[in-house]
Amino acid sequence: MIGLSNIEKRFGDVPVLKGVSLTVAEGCVTALIGPSGGGKSTLLRCINLLEIPNSGTLRIGEEEMSFQPGVRPGWKDIQRLRGQTGMVFQNFQLFPHRTAIENVMEGLITVQKWPAERARERAVSLLRKVGMDHKADAWPATLSGGQQQRVAIARALAPSPRVLLCDEPTSALDPELSGEVVEVLGKLAEEGTTMVMATHDLRLAATIAHEAVFLEDGQVVETGPSRELFARPARERTRRFVATLTQQGQHGEGV
Amino acid sequence: MLHWLTLMADSLPSLLWAALAFTVPLTLASFALGLVVGLMTAVIRLFGPPPLAAIVRFYVWIIRGTPLLVQLFLIFYGLPSAGIVLDAFPAALIGFTLSVGAYTSEIIRAAIGSVPKGQWEAAYSIGMSWTQAMRRTVLPQALRVAVPPLSNSFISLVKDTSLAAAITVPELFQAAQRIVATTYEPLILYVEVALIYLVLSSVLSAMQVRLERRLARYGGFLEARS
Repeated sequence: MIGLSNIEKRFGDVPVLKGVSLTVAEGCVTALIGPSGGGKSTLLRCINLLEIPNSGTLRIGEEEMSFQPGVRPGWKDIQRLRGQTGMVFQNFQLFPHRTAIENVMEGLITVQKWPAERARERAVSLLRKVGMDHKADAWPATLSGGQQQRVAIARALAPSPRVLLCDEPTSALDPELSGEVVEVLGKLAEEGTTMVMATHDLRLAATIAHEAVFLEDGQVVETGPSRELFARPARERTRRFVATLTQQGQHGEGV
Repeated sequence: MLHWLTLMADSLPSLLWAALAFTVPLTLASFALGLVVGLMTAVIRLFGPPPLAAIVRFYVWIIRGTPLLVQLFLIFYGLPSAGIVLDAFPAALIGFTLSVGAYTSEIIRAAIGSVPKGQWEAAYSIGMSWTQAMRRTVLPQALRVAVPPLSNSFISLVKDTSLAAAITVPELFQAAQRIVATTYEPLILYVEVALIYLVLSSVLSAMQVRLERRLARYGGFLEARS
């Protein structure tokens, strides 16, 4: 399980997260929704410490870390927490100089020091899981966006993270291509993968996610089971935002 | 005409010997060492602590702002006054290495900077350390950007080694000068020496094309990272 308590993050003088607390249960999928600039991405990046919070406490599984302004945590501690997470980026960020399977193997070989044969076996099975085993030897540049993102999901899963963080995993893709990514993430959710995803995609937020967190201006406005939050938002602000999402959904991506 | 050809043929072995014994080793060694200096300089400027970064910026400023010939004279003829006496070849090697290091550091710095931040983050997100991210993810991509300008430096260097003649290194150009001193045929000998340099740099250009082709095998990575 993941616990964030009172996480604050400032970029210079600009506060981006103003004391966010959040709990994600094991096997639960949580969607972070809210307007752009509301702090969704920053919150995700604080969980794997690509951004170091200014204050607050972060717990993933048995690992816990507290932050204080001006104190940069040690490299070992960062690694210990980061090792519990996998991340899927909006723009995929596959390593362009490595083939699909090499991308998946990279962490296992370089970081975990697995022997190449064993890493390859695991990579093949992960690529099969995301439906990309037939493109194992393809260069990223030759793959469609949806295919790249599926390889990126396999890469993030390779070190068996406790939680998969997805930063707008479908927003760089057209509705058709994003469908295959939604499908893969849905399958992972069914298998009980713990996930936290920042998204504007209703299929992810309303259908796949169990919990939804509406984040605006660096604060949690409302949180609850995602069906509830989308069907009967308690707050006026949430209602208005959900309405814009569903409107878009009807024109574009469908619910 | 026949006289010219005979002269060229007669002088060719000693010119080639000078090229093989001095020009080529001096070029290869100072380029290899210079790349190490350039990489370290670039990394310090990009990631190092400010005082260290200031020192290497000063080094680049001095080397780029003064003529290479003057630098060679300083090292070979000047340093002995300060008690540092170097043989001609090591003096030339140091001079060229420092020069290559300063110029290539700027190329490497730009090439490393051209790799998107997202690639670092992707590397970190799968658990890599800074060193692993640099070595496995960033440098291979930077290399591809750096090869054309580095080849420029390499080819310039081959020709610049002729300056070592001025500090008594018996390399290709000096060998030609010595033959001219006895035959009084500057036109023929200097044409011949120019042709040898032309062949050397053409070989390097061909190698650059092959290297670029090999690095291009993973396709239009600009799209892949957009």
